[in-house]
This record gives sequence, structure tokens and C-alpha cells, in this order.
Amino acid sequence: MTKEIALRGDIDSLLEASQWNPAATRLGELWRADSSSATAAFVVSRLEKLRDQISLVPFRLAILRSFTVEPIVPLLRAEAFSFGIDLSVHIGDFNAYAQEILDSESWLYRFRPNAVILAVETLAIAPDLWQDYAHLSEECVKQAAQRVSESLAQYLREFRGRSQAALIVHNLEQPAQAAFGVLDAQLVQSQSEVFERINRNLVAATSQMRGAYVLDYDALVARNGRLRWHDERKWLIARLPIAADQMIHLAREWMRFLVPLAGKTAKALVVDLDNTLWGGVIGEDGMNGIKLSADYPGAAYQALQRAILDLTRKGILLAICSKNNPEDAIDALENHPGMLLRPKHFAATRISWNDKSPGLREIAAELNIGVDSLAFLDDNPFEREQVRGAVPQVMVIDLPEDPLQYAAVIRNHPGFERLTLSAEDQQRTTFYAEQRERSQAEQKFQSKEDFYRFLEQEAEIASVTPATLARISQLTQKTNQFNVTTRRYGEPQISAMAENPSCQVLSIRVRDRFGDHGLVGVSITRDEGETCEIDSFLLSCRVIGRTVETALLAHLADQAAARGCKRLVGWFLPTKKNAPAREFYKQHGFEVATENSDGALWSLDLTRQRIASPEWVKVVTAKGGK
Amino acid sequence: MNVSDQIRTMASDIFGVPADKITPTSTPETIETWDSIQHLNLVLALEEKFGVQLSPEEIEQMKSIGDVIKLVEGKLQAAPS
Repeated sequence: MTKEIALRGDIDSLLEASQWNPAATRLGELWRADSSSATAAFVVSRLEKLRDQISLVPFRLAILRSFTVEPIVPLLRAEAFSFGIDLSVHIGDFNAYAQEILDSESWLYRFRPNAVILAVETLAIAPDLWQDYAHLSEECVKQAAQRVSESLAQYLREFRGRSQAALIVHNLEQPAQAAFGVLDAQLVQSQSEVFERINRNLVAATSQMRGAYVLDYDALVARNGRLRWHDERKWLIARLPIAADQMIHLAREWMRFLVPLAGKTAKALVVDLDNTLWGGVIGEDGMNGIKLSADYPGAAYQALQRAILDLTRKGILLAICSKNNPEDAIDALENHPGMLLRPKHFAATRISWNDKSPGLREIAAELNIGVDSLAFLDDNPFEREQVRGAVPQVMVIDLPEDPLQYAAVIRNHPGFERLTLSAEDQQRTTFYAEQRERSQAEQKFQSKEDFYRFLEQEAEIASVTPATLARISQLTQKTNQFNVTTRRYGEPQISAMAENPSCQVLSIRVRDRFGDHGLVGVSITRDEGETCEIDSFLLSCRVIGRTVETALLAHLADQAAARGCKRLVGWFLPTKKNAPAREFYKQHGFEVATENSDGALWSLDLTRQRIASPEWVKVVTAKGGK
Repeated sequence: MNVSDQIRTMASDIFGVPADKITPTSTPETIETWDSIQHLNLVLALEEKFGVQLSPEEIEQMKSIGDVIKLVEGKLQAAPS
């Protein structure tokens, strides 16, 4: 506590001296040391002074609710700040969520939120099922369940008809005490089953809608303990149903949605080895001495490895950055019987006695992702601080003292959350293994052209389909390097463009002799009169520089000309990261038509010019949805 | 750090007033930002930090920082955690 008082003083002095970045670092440190309501108030008030001075992702959140959420908002904003998000929150009136959704003129739509949380308690939407259950006939229960499911589905539809913002809907919690006591568990149609049914219906309703997600509020309450979660007194005096010490859990659950929605996800997790993946130090304790097994104390490390292994199924890459003798560490990785993670799971490895921060930069370069897409896991607070200081963009994960809690830290970390999963995500580790084979093959060829011919690339260009929509949206949100405009689109926005007849949303899928890269590129064009404008053109870093970008651009030019367009135009809007796409239009014969402070508009005269598709890329056009 | 100093720091955070301006005689009249919403926030912060439960009557009777300190100290002595 004394340390935290000193930190507050430091932060205010740094703010006074306009030392914005150091102030932000200390503010993050304070929040991690004490994530309490009082500290949240401090963090939020200092954030007001900082928000225009440092680089944060702005994000607008609307909360529609049936209960008091005001005291939770500072916790949420402080938590968001610690993930580099500047959250603006607008809260609806008590129990006014239905009117707010149905009225197209309401503040909800004027606020233009990026995301909306619909937080309605069971007591508000189904008071009969919550408190009068014992007196309801079977028929009444059935009708009530249907009524609730239908109204939730209707709110969702009405909302989506008016806004393309992401929508996060709380499901219904069941009461801590069933109306019939132990008898409830004996009934086929029990009270708890009714809520499960309503919640299943809610999943069915959201799954038909782009950008709508269920927050499993019932599971959240259960996980933290139903009896501890509730505070009846606060409910009665302040309409706050949640106990003071539980509010942070709701704020953090919200963050698990907001972090991926704000694009602050980690694409790769870089792990330390000694005392992180196993207990002890391999160089001193040896193969037989390190703790790693199904029993105590090695089980804690196996549980962590299992949690990390699960991340690979969400498309998150793994890498190692460890201070060790490479031979000792590799021997353990390959041969220790307790290891669940093996060398094949790691896309990059840095094992040496060097500092970790250059290692992290090298790993990011090797994986072709930004350092801000890396998460770093290390048991040693000194290493964590060193990385925070040297590469502040890296998402550094704090570990508690007790190794038995390590796995939960990974499983709960918002940076690893994904709201949708594409086929590409589940195979990413394999893609990177194939990529290593490609790089080895490339060394053997004299010229690039020979290598391209050897690759036997096939590019499949298709219009967006329901099956590819999620991946297309994901690529617009994640692709930073080869991206001419860096416009981010949610699934509802992609869906709306796909339905617009003057818009073409195309995806490109690339295969070669080593394997399938999956869906790796997107173009969005819009016709206006005789001009076809490229709204977005982007390609995953996995295939940059293999000339498939030329094949896609050539296809756009040919198609635009076939539709009668005389010009193909496109903005290049420079960012800190999209230098790889800077010369793209110029290299393909475009000329600058206009320039302003945001960037340049490039134009190609289709009546005189076309783009040659590279002979070594076989282009296949598939019939898409439109 | 004792309970009284901790409470003064918390009140300083919540009301957005420098800690040295907060004394046992501070009241909603002397601290402009101490309104009913911030009163609830102070109660929640106290419950969270000290692991105590405040009844509606006790919440009503917190009319100065001195009252708050006395109340929390009393609770902590009754049930040492």
C-alpha cells in the first residue's frame, strides 16, 4: 500500500512534467498492483489527462442494462487502459433497453458505438421464472420461456436492423436456490433446465447474426460462486445486485470481448522455459531434476503447457525466448517424458544468454508480425520489467507466485480470446511449419522466377460467401503490413457491402506444392459511374512477395473493365506499419491523381492499360455467394 | 499504513481531491464531489478493500470521513480477518 501511495505521487509528478509515456507506464503498474475500485477512480482521472497524449485505441461502448453498472465502469476503463484501449462508455437508462433498441432516434444509435453490451438480469426479463416458479403450471413455464426467447431474439434483430456495432448479450443466470430445493434436480422440466433452454435459444439467435455474441453470465456467476456474487442489500438500496468484490470479475469478463473487438489480440505467445514451462532450472537440475509430471508439483507446469497447447487451436503461434544452453533446453523439449509441448509446436526459438528484448524483436521479424502482436510469458519479474521497458508494445503477462495458478492466467487472458474461429486459425501452426520448408527450398534457386515456377502457386479468387465472411472480416482487422488503406470492418459491415450491388468483396486463397495457405487476401471495390475504387486491398504476411498480389490486382482491373469501368483507382493511406504496400500501385503502372495529408489516390486508365498476371500463378475463379 | 490513512487515500481517489485535503472532519459539504453516487462508490471501495459488509443504516450514518474511519475500525476489531 505504501508503494502504491508513492506510485500515485510519481504519476502526478510525471504528468505535471508532461512526461506522458513514463506516466502511462507507472499508471499501468499501479493498476496491476492494486485493481481496486479506489485505484480505478485514480487511474480514470489521470487517464483523462493522458488520453490525448499517448497512443491508445479509441473504442466506444454502449451498455444497455437493467441494473446499476456505474461503479463497474471505472474498473472497466482502467482495465481497458492496461490493454492500450481508451474506452468511452455510455450507459442507458434503467430497464429502458427495449425502447432504446427500438427507437432509431435514441442516443444508442447517435452515440455510434463500436460495441453494445445488453446486460439484463433474469429478474428483469423473466421475473415469473425467477421468483414465482413454484406457482407456475407446466404450460405457463413453457410460455414464459418462449416469451423470453422471442423477445431477446427480437431485440437482436431490431438492433441489427439499425446498427452494425458488435453486440454482446448476457445470457440468463439461474437462481442460487431452486424453488423446489433438491427436488429440482429430480425433475425433467426443472427450473434450471428452463434457463438452459432459454440460453440455448439465445445462442441459436446470435449464431444467425453477424457480430452478435453471447456472454455466458450464468457461468460467470457460477464460476465466482452464486452466493458470493450477489449482495441483496446493495440490490435493495442501489439496484446493484453484485457484491463489491465481484464487480471486477464482470469488468474482466467484458474485457474478454472488448480486447479482441478492439483488435488488441496477441498473435503469438513467447514463453520462457525454466520455472515457466517446467519447475527448476534445466542447466542445473538436469532432465531428472526438473519438475514436470502428472503429480505435485510438476502437475502445475503440465497444466500450463496444456493451456498453451490449447491456444494453438485458436491460431495462436508459440515461440521460445529463454536464457539457457541451447543443447540442454532442446534436449528437454525433445525428450522429457513430461513435456506436452514439443519443438514442432514452436514457430520460432531463441535460446541463448542474450537479453530477451532483442530476441523478441527477432521472433516478431521471423514470424512476420509486429512486436505488438506478441505476448510474453516469464516467471521472472525482472525479465518482465526489462521487456516492458525495452519493448513496451509487447503484451507482458504477469504470473502469480503460485505455479498452480499459471494455467488459469493463460486461460483467462483477454489477449488470447477469439470471438470467431476460421479454418485458418485452427491450422496456423501447420502453415508455419510449411513456411519453413518453403524458405529452405527458396535458398536452392538462382532466380526468384525459378523459385516461383517451382512453387506451382494456385490462386483461387472468389466472392464472399457465408463461410468466408468471418475470415474476411478477421483479415481486415488483423492485417497491418500489406494493407493499402487499413480499413477495419466487422462482419456486419462486410455482410452489408456484400449485399450492395455496386460493391465487390473478393477473397483470395493460395495453394502451392508445400501446402494450402488458406484464405490470405481480401479486396473490396466499389463502382461509381465509370470509376472502380479499391476500398481495401490486403494480403496476409504469409504470402507477401510471392506475386499473388499482382494476380489479384490484374483480376480486379480485368473485371472492372468488363463491367465498363474506365478507371481503377485506390488510396494508399500510410500508417506506421504498411510500408510493404507503399509502392504497390506505382509498381503496377498507377499514377497519382490526388494527394492530401492522409495519403495519395492512385489511378490506372483502363482504356489504355491492363495489368499482366504473372505466368507462374494459376488463377482460378470460383463462383461465390453473389 | 493504518486504516485511517488507507481510507483517506481511497477517499482522495474517489472524490478526486488531494489526500492532504481529506481530514476526519471532511463531509459532503466540504468536499464538492461527495454526492450520492460517489458515496456508493466509497462504500463499495471500503467493502472490497477491508472485506467488511456495511448495512443500509451504517451507510446512511457515514456523514464525515471521521465517521467512516470509526465505522470501519469498529468492524475490523469486531471481526479480525
